[in-house]
Amino acid sequence: MNIQRFQRYSQPELSRAFDRLATLREETDSLFNTPFSPFFRTSGSFSTWSPAVDVYEDKDQFTVIAEVPGMKKEALNLTLQNGVLTISGEREREEKKPDQGFRSERFVGRFQRSITLPASIDPSGVKATYQDGLLKVMLPKSEEAKPKQIEVSVS
Amino acid sequence: MSTAQQEDLQQKEQQQLSTESRPQSAESRRFATPLVDIESTQDGYVLYAEMPGVSKDGIEVTVENGDLLIVGHRRPLEVSGEPIYRESRPYDFRRVYELDPSIDTSRISARIENGLLIVNLPKAEKVKPRRIEVE
Repeated sequence: MNIQRFQRYSQPELSRAFDRLATLREETDSLFNTPFSPFFRTSGSFSTWSPAVDVYEDKDQFTVIAEVPGMKKEALNLTLQNGVLTISGEREREEKKPDQGFRSERFVGRFQRSITLPASIDPSGVKATYQDGLLKVMLPKSEEAKPKQIEVSVS
Repeated sequence: MSTAQQEDLQQKEQQQLSTESRPQSAESRRFATPLVDIESTQDGYVLYAEMPGVSKDGIEVTVENGDLLIVGHRRPLEVSGEPIYRESRPYDFRRVYELDPSIDTSRISARIENGLLIVNLPKAEKVKPRRIEVE
């Protein structure tokens, strides 16, 4: 299983500093009209956030739980392709006027997590719920991936 | 650096960053510090605290001696099987703030929407800026 999490702990000050750095880089790029660092480009902005993800397994299915509090259900997207579950979405800032005496620790904007599941999935049986800020995705294993008991007769 | 050390460091950082005051009575249970945004409006403050996995029944908001205490108890997860990968921390949430004396504690209200606790902290009428007519 291959799950990568870019930003596990909150570092609001640091992330804001990186934002400024990213802006500077973009400005420099546009100045030369050539990409300065294509590697950074592919991973997007520094300000992306990365919700915590847990994976559970029983004999019939996997359950993936992502902590995405304060999101609207419609802003969450799920795709399953080649055994990789991708959760993405965009969270908006709650505050209407973040100008005066405003303190911010929460992350807003786009996120994306991809989870490679360690066994094949029956895509028709995948279900998802969103409650109390937890996105829960239930992915039933395909028949060939379920453990089977084989009786061996000893003669 | 071990995970425990990182968590310690993170908690220290959060304490330094925030204005919160922790009560002296150290509780044996571990709590996670929720991520919080605070908005200052004309009428007071609005506090947004991330509490994933907490429903309305798990929220405690108390005001005592000028401190605002927010606690969120996670409801038990309805999930079958064993965890094979884990990033979340299974602790309940807790955070304390020292309240601005201008806040009208009798009118504090709270609600939770999709794991986001929203606390309204209105200022008392008398401290709102008021224009005085000159006679």
